[in-house]
Amino acid sequence: MTPLLQVEGIQKHYGARIGCADVSFDLYPGEVMGIVGESGSGKSTLLNCLAGHLEPDMGRVIFDTRTNGPTDTVAMSEPERRLLGRTDWAFVHQHARDGLRMSVSAGGNIGERLMAVGERHYGNIRNKASDWLGRVEIEADRIDNRPTAFSGGMQQRLQIARNLVTGPRLVFMDEPTGGLDVSVQARLLDLLRGLVREMGLSAIIVTHDLAVVRLLADRLMVMKDGHVVEAGLTDQVLDDPQHAYTQLLVSSVLQV
Amino acid sequence: MNEYNFAYLDEQTKRMIRRAILKGLAVPGYQVPFASREMPMPYGWGTGGVQVSAATLTPDDTFKVIDQGADDTTNAVSIRKFFENTAGIETTEQTEKATIIQTRHRIPEMALSEDQILVYQVPIPEPLRFLEPRETETRKMHSLEEYGLMHVKLYEDISQHGAISTSYAYPVKVSDRYVMDPSPIPKFDNPKLEMDAIQLFGAGREQRIYAVPPHTKVVSLDFQDYPFEATKADHSCDLCGAEDSYLDEVIMDDAGHRMFVCSDTDYCRSRRDAGHLGRLAKEDAA
Repeated sequence: MTPLLQVEGIQKHYGARIGCADVSFDLYPGEVMGIVGESGSGKSTLLNCLAGHLEPDMGRVIFDTRTNGPTDTVAMSEPERRLLGRTDWAFVHQHARDGLRMSVSAGGNIGERLMAVGERHYGNIRNKASDWLGRVEIEADRIDNRPTAFSGGMQQRLQIARNLVTGPRLVFMDEPTGGLDVSVQARLLDLLRGLVREMGLSAIIVTHDLAVVRLLADRLMVMKDGHVVEAGLTDQVLDDPQHAYTQLLVSSVLQV
Repeated sequence: MNEYNFAYLDEQTKRMIRRAILKGLAVPGYQVPFASREMPMPYGWGTGGVQVSAATLTPDDTFKVIDQGADDTTNAVSIRKFFENTAGIETTEQTEKATIIQTRHRIPEMALSEDQILVYQVPIPEPLRFLEPRETETRKMHSLEEYGLMHVKLYEDISQHGAISTSYAYPVKVSDRYVMDPSPIPKFDNPKLEMDAIQLFGAGREQRIYAVPPHTKVVSLDFQDYPFEATKADHSCDLCGAEDSYLDEVIMDDAGHRMFVCSDTDYCRSRRDAGHLGRLAKEDAA
């Protein structure tokens, strides 16, 4: 089986400072990878390098494209990479307002990617938009409301709908539950888990919340100071942490 | 005789503008940056159009200026005077006699010919501006032909108003490549953008020139189930009776009376001279 994404020796420096270094892993179709670590450990840098938002100093990110098979997205031309970014890839930002157009209605937000890949039939766009609103549990009559009129949790769900409408195969998520209260988080996680399983998505989830990876991720990478210090199956890493930092991380979780 | 160089601008500036115009004609719909000069009029009064006109005028040209279709409004009169004073050229109000027509917000009703040039005054040349405020991003979108966002605007129109309510500055795709803002002309004029004359667009404050060469394909953007429609007031002209021209609505009194008249004053006058009369033509004469 060909991996969907092969990451080989990704490295990114900010001047003399290390963003992330020597990160390599394979991600197979349908697999969810969690990346955890403290603030400043290079999680987001790594994610942005993988998603093509930042150019890594070294390394290759090989994605199994539909047309040409495995292709290095770092060396790819910008139009091709941007096309991937609105078809086979999706990116869920931590703050919904970074990923949404706040002055455009919910329906328009969901429809944007469809129109970007050439859909020119208003009725079809409208139907898909209301279908996706339903899937992320937003009432259909909110379709013409702007995201500014939505609660934080609804905005985040709208962002997910907007990203998944073109049926991507790989989703990058940067702290998708950050800034939401726990009950909303729980609903969102439930929804995400359902969508990932139902659509057979692969995902890379960056978070500092161990509960999120426990629920969603098949595999886990622990990062510290730009390096991966431990990797393995999620339950294995969380239940039997080997590295000192992972042990600290696991023992820092507050029990209710 | 006057102390200005022909048509106000110095020769080096005109040369620079001509180069931008030629580039614009070579790449239809592409916004060419140019070093816009300070003109003796405020931004928003046609500084871009005036500079393009100045660079295209020759001493043999006959010049016409229209503002919302009319030859006799402040903007049109002052620009016409400006070139009478600084270039000493012939001016006219008759569309067929003009070789260069500078316009604000209208295309003349009469079809233009191959030996005419239409110069538009453009306030905001970037059609994507109100959706994407970053210039770096809009340039990238143009270069990569990522125009999905333009349809988001039309989608929003339909979802809010039940139809595409954008009625002026209606976005078009030029020669199957660049999405272009045709300046704030009513969408009634959009089908006329495919014409025999050269069309030049100048935006002075935004420092952009773009162009549509003769016989170039210009398509108004739309949805399959909500096709583009050129709309006008459902009336005929009250002075000349024209059914096919774009109309201005004029409030006559506070008792609800109104009249509709051609916005193209020259077209209306020539029709009345030819004996066509509208509903209120008699009263107007009296």
